[in-house]
Amino acid sequence: MPELPVDSVGLVTPQTAHFDDPLALACGRTLPAYDLVYETYGTLNAERSNAVLICHALSGHHHAAGYHDADERKPGWWDAHIGPGKSIDTERFFVVSLNNLGGCHGSTGPNRENPETGRLWGPEFPMVTVSDWVNSQVRLADRLGIERFAAVIGGSLGGMQALQWTLAYPERVASAAVIAATSKLSAQNIAFNEVARQAIRSDPDFHDGWYTEHDTVPRRGLKLARMVGHITYLSEDAMGHRFGRDLRADDLNFGFDVEFQVESYLRYQGDTFSSSFDANTYLLMTKALDYFDPAQGGDLASALAPASCPFLVVSFTTDWRFPPPRSRELVNALVRAGKSVSYANIDSTHGHDAFLMPEPRYQAVFAAFMDRVAGDLGLETRA
Amino acid sequence: MMNRPDFKLIHEWIPENAHILDLACGDGSLLAALARDKNVTGYGLEIDPDGITACIARGVNVIEQNLDQGLANFDDNACDLVIMTQALQALRRPDLMLDEMLRVAGEAIITFPNFAYWRHRVHLGIRGYMPVSKSLPHAWYDTPNIHLSTFNDFEQLCRDKGLIIVDRAVGIGDHEGHWTSRLWPNLFGEIAIFRVSRG
Repeated sequence: MPELPVDSVGLVTPQTAHFDDPLALACGRTLPAYDLVYETYGTLNAERSNAVLICHALSGHHHAAGYHDADERKPGWWDAHIGPGKSIDTERFFVVSLNNLGGCHGSTGPNRENPETGRLWGPEFPMVTVSDWVNSQVRLADRLGIERFAAVIGGSLGGMQALQWTLAYPERVASAAVIAATSKLSAQNIAFNEVARQAIRSDPDFHDGWYTEHDTVPRRGLKLARMVGHITYLSEDAMGHRFGRDLRADDLNFGFDVEFQVESYLRYQGDTFSSSFDANTYLLMTKALDYFDPAQGGDLASALAPASCPFLVVSFTTDWRFPPPRSRELVNALVRAGKSVSYANIDSTHGHDAFLMPEPRYQAVFAAFMDRVAGDLGLETRA
Repeated sequence: MMNRPDFKLIHEWIPENAHILDLACGDGSLLAALARDKNVTGYGLEIDPDGITACIARGVNVIEQNLDQGLANFDDNACDLVIMTQALQALRRPDLMLDEMLRVAGEAIITFPNFAYWRHRVHLGIRGYMPVSKSLPHAWYDTPNIHLSTFNDFEQLCRDKGLIIVDRAVGIGDHEGHWTSRLWPNLFGEIAIFRVSRG
């Protein structure tokens, strides 16, 4: 059995919380009952004051850190930042990470059974929004006995959830970190999402979302969606450095098979994703992104009025999905609203994906903020 | 923490409960001390990564922002007072920054190294070298200080802009807290400090 790294939270086991009280959704429909799958790392203190909520991004899930078994090839998606001695130090914080409603990793979503019909939810699963997710996360917090989170943290779509927490439940958030995010998608962002959706929906295997009942998966559509998405996650530089114009073979073959390394990489990413992710979930998640706009077309600073906690906003220089100006917009609105906020624009070549990776300055900023959170709450701080 | 000679006087000048902006706030020690002692609120602007991290660790609100791009993201009269210590001389257009500062607040406190300080004059006037001192520690080729000025120059700029000089003083880098505005400040002051308001 291979040994796990010492700064890992180690082996973790997902848990399921079942909820029977109906959840009213922004779209007007109600989920009568639902499950949320989640993991926790670290220990909740006696005062229940050291809990940190991690909100996941478009294709994320509850498995943010550690390993499900010793043979797991890769740790959770944010293992670089969650663990003993890491930015979100599990020696001090009790970390909660869940799979959002509509997800495809165990929480109630399109690939689970709808008890009312006995069929999978499929395309009948209601549209869920960022605020619906936050409302469901509040119930999970209640279940775990967490009155107030020391921090609610997320990158990308997860950052939107962290922001929504501070507006909808200001009394239940002691601090928020909004990383590589935006307060609303741009037309270009929505355009990319629409291409992804059309790729899925126009796949003949999609069957209006009932693909499972047809014993198939819209694999080509999902693969294309992921390939387009993946391009927006990387920077031009990162792609250039990694692949350049390198060929797989020595010579051009004057055909349409994979020739350039970058083609091979994208196809691989698309294939992996299309065999592990649910197409209906992908459609729902992209709509949740598109819909998010706490200012509802109005003045963002006014919309931020309810927030009361200190914010950390982080962007990355080469992120062109949610580029630094989007973070600055949020920061400026927070300043105009008179809120506590710190902002760092981290130099990175990794584009949007930089938020997932370890980078010394990013880690220093993140750790300093979390230290401060711990200090303000009277938690034990790092020596 | 308050080991910078200019901080001590600024600390005295800032009123209780003021909402301030500290441009080029460094490690945030001034804002932290003002928050602690005078219940001051506000934001620091900085571009140095280590400074930004230090601010966050102190609980000082810090925003990564290049001052050469102005303060357009701050509304008119967004705060009571703007401070800029030892950064004016490193800006591309100190005069425009002064306009910006007094748009965002009614009053500004500015400190900068006085190029006419007698030791600097000795360096340049007698020995024939660009001055290097405690307040100007860089060599000519790598200095960030691209707009050096004197106590008199700055006063002239304020007059030209029709600003009111509420207070001014000079200090000697190594005599902490020793400030004066008499006795040829342009000659004996190493660090100049001005408190100006809109005319």
